[in-house]
Amino acid sequence: MGSDLTTTDVAGLSRLLSAGEVSAVEVTRAHLDRIAAEDGALGAYLHVEAEAALAGATAIDEARARGDELGPLAGVPVALKDLVVTEGVPTTSGSRILEGWRPPYSATLATRLAEAGTVLLGKTNMDEFAMGSSTENSAYQVTRNPWDRDRIPGGSSGGSSAAVAGHLAPWSIGTDTGGSIRQPAAVTGLVGHKPTYGSVSRYGLIAFSSSLDQAGPMARTVLDAALMHEVIGGHDPRDSTSIDSPLTGLADAARAGAAGDLRGVRVGVVRELGGDGHTEGYEDGVLARTREAVELLAGLGAEVVEVSCPSFDLALPAYYLIAPSEASSNLSRYEGVRFGLRVGDDGSHDLDEVMALTREQGFGPEVKRRIILGTYALSSGLYDAYYAQAQKVRTLITRDFTAAFTGVDVLVSPTTPTVAFPIGSRVEDPIAMYAADLCTLPASLAGLPAISVPSGLSEGLPVGFQVMAPALADDRCYRVAAALEAAQDAARGHRLLDELPA
Amino acid sequence: MSTADRLVDYDELLTRYEPVIGLETHVELGTASKMFCGCSTTFGAEPNTQTCPVCLGMPGSLPVANAAAVESTIQIGLALGCSIASWSRFARKNYFYPDIPKGYQTSQFDEPLCVDGHLDVEVDGKTYRVEVERVHLEEDTGKNLHVGGATGRIHGADHSLVDFNRAGIPLVEIVTRPVPGAGALAPEVARAYVTELREIVQALGASDVRMEQGSLRCDVNISLNPTGATELGTRTETKNVNSLRSVERAVRFEMRRQAAVLDEGGRVVQETRHFHEDTGTTSSGRSKEEATDYRYFPEPDLVPLAPDADWIETLRAGLPELPAARRARLQEEWGISGTEMTWLANAGALGLVEQTVAAGAAPGDARKWWLGDLARRANDTAVELAELAVTPVQVAQLCGLVSAGTINDKLARQVLDGVLAGQGDPAQVVEAQGLAVMGESDELVAAVEAAIAGAPDVIAKVQSGKVAALGALVGAVMKTTRGKADAPTVKRMLEERVLGS
Repeated sequence: MGSDLTTTDVAGLSRLLSAGEVSAVEVTRAHLDRIAAEDGALGAYLHVEAEAALAGATAIDEARARGDELGPLAGVPVALKDLVVTEGVPTTSGSRILEGWRPPYSATLATRLAEAGTVLLGKTNMDEFAMGSSTENSAYQVTRNPWDRDRIPGGSSGGSSAAVAGHLAPWSIGTDTGGSIRQPAAVTGLVGHKPTYGSVSRYGLIAFSSSLDQAGPMARTVLDAALMHEVIGGHDPRDSTSIDSPLTGLADAARAGAAGDLRGVRVGVVRELGGDGHTEGYEDGVLARTREAVELLAGLGAEVVEVSCPSFDLALPAYYLIAPSEASSNLSRYEGVRFGLRVGDDGSHDLDEVMALTREQGFGPEVKRRIILGTYALSSGLYDAYYAQAQKVRTLITRDFTAAFTGVDVLVSPTTPTVAFPIGSRVEDPIAMYAADLCTLPASLAGLPAISVPSGLSEGLPVGFQVMAPALADDRCYRVAAALEAAQDAARGHRLLDELPA
Repeated sequence: MSTADRLVDYDELLTRYEPVIGLETHVELGTASKMFCGCSTTFGAEPNTQTCPVCLGMPGSLPVANAAAVESTIQIGLALGCSIASWSRFARKNYFYPDIPKGYQTSQFDEPLCVDGHLDVEVDGKTYRVEVERVHLEEDTGKNLHVGGATGRIHGADHSLVDFNRAGIPLVEIVTRPVPGAGALAPEVARAYVTELREIVQALGASDVRMEQGSLRCDVNISLNPTGATELGTRTETKNVNSLRSVERAVRFEMRRQAAVLDEGGRVVQETRHFHEDTGTTSSGRSKEEATDYRYFPEPDLVPLAPDADWIETLRAGLPELPAARRARLQEEWGISGTEMTWLANAGALGLVEQTVAAGAAPGDARKWWLGDLARRANDTAVELAELAVTPVQVAQLCGLVSAGTINDKLARQVLDGVLAGQGDPAQVVEAQGLAVMGESDELVAAVEAAIAGAPDVIAKVQSGKVAALGALVGAVMKTTRGKADAPTVKRMLEERVLGS
């Protein structure tokens, strides 16, 4: 029973729980057992809330026994990326500087998940402050890809991807600043959606780059992702960048897409993201799976055209000015005065020295690299040449999207140029590491929704297919992704994740 | 602090230098909640009891702008004749200090809410126009408390504590352009500007503007340039100027100190200086010449402010009568001189007198009580006039009792004592203490006759023509009746009996 429960998708668990065929405690225990057995090797979790999870599951079961009105997700376990602030539960953002911090409050999305009756299994590993594409920048541990344990699980939400792909959680929360939901989902065979900026509250998400950060679902199916998005999304008065408009039926869009009819949907294939003349750095297998996915969409009735978005070529440099600039400011609060690590407070150092020592020892090399980069880009005299210029590029990218969406409903591309690369292979080469986000950065900079859905395997490893849509049209992402997912599952006779090596 | 500063005589320096002043005033708004969170802003609470994840800068927390604070800022801008921006953004001012929880202060930089205003102030009958460059909204910092040293300053302290109750209280910063041309009156012009600004903010109800509690704080910029020069001299920025008098003193001191530096062929260092209330001097703080690069950039956690034109016009229409207009109106209504009006304003009595008049007192009587007895009592007990335990209505009632002849001025002072002691309204005090002036009662007749009987020598003098000697008998009667008698009545009764018979 146990392994069945850990491989069942959330829609399935929801049916079993609602029907009383399994208890929340059984579901939770199945996952905790699997975490205990597997996570030593996988390294997906930084912290497991075993006792609290069982207590929470017991409470759900008791409520159900009493006949209380429960939501459809009551009793479904969930894992949170460790930058989601959770009251009383350690929250580190993958950094030593927050080691031991137990927050006095909870993120809005954590509260919404709890109110929906989901059970928190634990907090997942990540690149320190979400800076990275391989989770190797975690200050605590390496996380391995369940498809090949010598390879990275993607990043920065690599703990969340490994947990869900490795069946240590039915779904999880990731966050995406430049691709940190989509890229790890792609390289582990999951669905990962970055919502429209402002669709999900950022209140209680430890900030990396405020104008880009967005939390979203990482799940095994498109429908599961949509279900989670509906739980966590919607206006939050605590986040002034939160959009005050209702979410359009996302799960309905996923169900509609799975019916397989894409007639009338206009799909634009972005030339600059792996198209003619833009294939450098892309693996052949990735390009092949992308072509096949596009053909499949056409076969479902979609009208496919090629679209050019020339300023996408500038996304990487613009991103690596904007994100570090905001990060350099966002990370200023970690100076040892009010929470977390404090180094050198022994009477022999003055205040500035204590702050400097704390930051010197508390931050890892990639975080320092980006703080230095951002501090430089914002300094007076250089601001116009770097930060302001990058913001202009951002406007150009948004305009390219706007122009493209006058002719098509969605834009598609590979999610990331390669399959999961070997652990350690890019650690010494930050530029190569940054290239993993090449395809995901444009939608991040424009604040648009984008989903990654599996498009098959290359050399035995998962490949992700990205679907981007206009702001607030997240439903289009779910619809097109669900159509692709259903068609592929039908063609191969099973889900891609079923091919995961045991 | 540098006690060794050489100072040039004030009148002498004016023969060689012209001062240019500039003021940056911070006003803590009187909103119920903080700028970016729902915490209370009440002054004087136990340290760190008015905090939450947002104003403590906890990881993951986010700001949400306080609409009431934005409204107050726009009102201040409108009252100063500013243009209100149709598009305005917050910006982060990045620097490390324990009293700023986030490692940056959320402020405004190149897109402030209000720009290009002015404030006219009058000194010695002459009007000076102070140009206002900008009015912007930001958050206050926490407060560092240095423990274990003798001075409460960081030097010599054993350790420091931080109180974040103040962190995040909305703060409006009003920045003037350099003000040239005030000459010898520069200190007075500076003071008059802050005084008038304070009045305006008070009239708007935007803040309680209490300098001693820090809800109005002033940084004073001063530079000197050789008479006739066109370029501005190097300025210093004096902080900690916590009273109106200190504004004046700080300007005067800095002028004298800078003149000495320049006289010696030296160079004024562009720096922050601290004002010392006790000695009236300034001392060097951190140098601005190696200025921190604050790396300002637009605050990505807050959406831009785009106040729409209709709303601004509604706010403009709803502005209360501003202090200058009100003073002009009342001066006219009461028929008083500009000097008298200045006294009233300086004593903080204007509103009290106005309310007293509104409650029925004659303007002259109302002014007499508030500027006389009540001002003296406030001064004796070191409280603000408005804090005395007497209301304008009660003062008007007192005036009414006097003009009705129920009590005289002397009794009225006793009645006032009773009112201030919490014994009720003037009429109640008169009743309870039996303070009403006596008519020609039996008691008074007896007292008058006793006085006549008791002073045959005086009677003889009066009857021999020295009528003025009757005054001694009036005094005697007033004494036996403990002042309750009406002196003119007593005099008439004595005359009837001594001269008329």
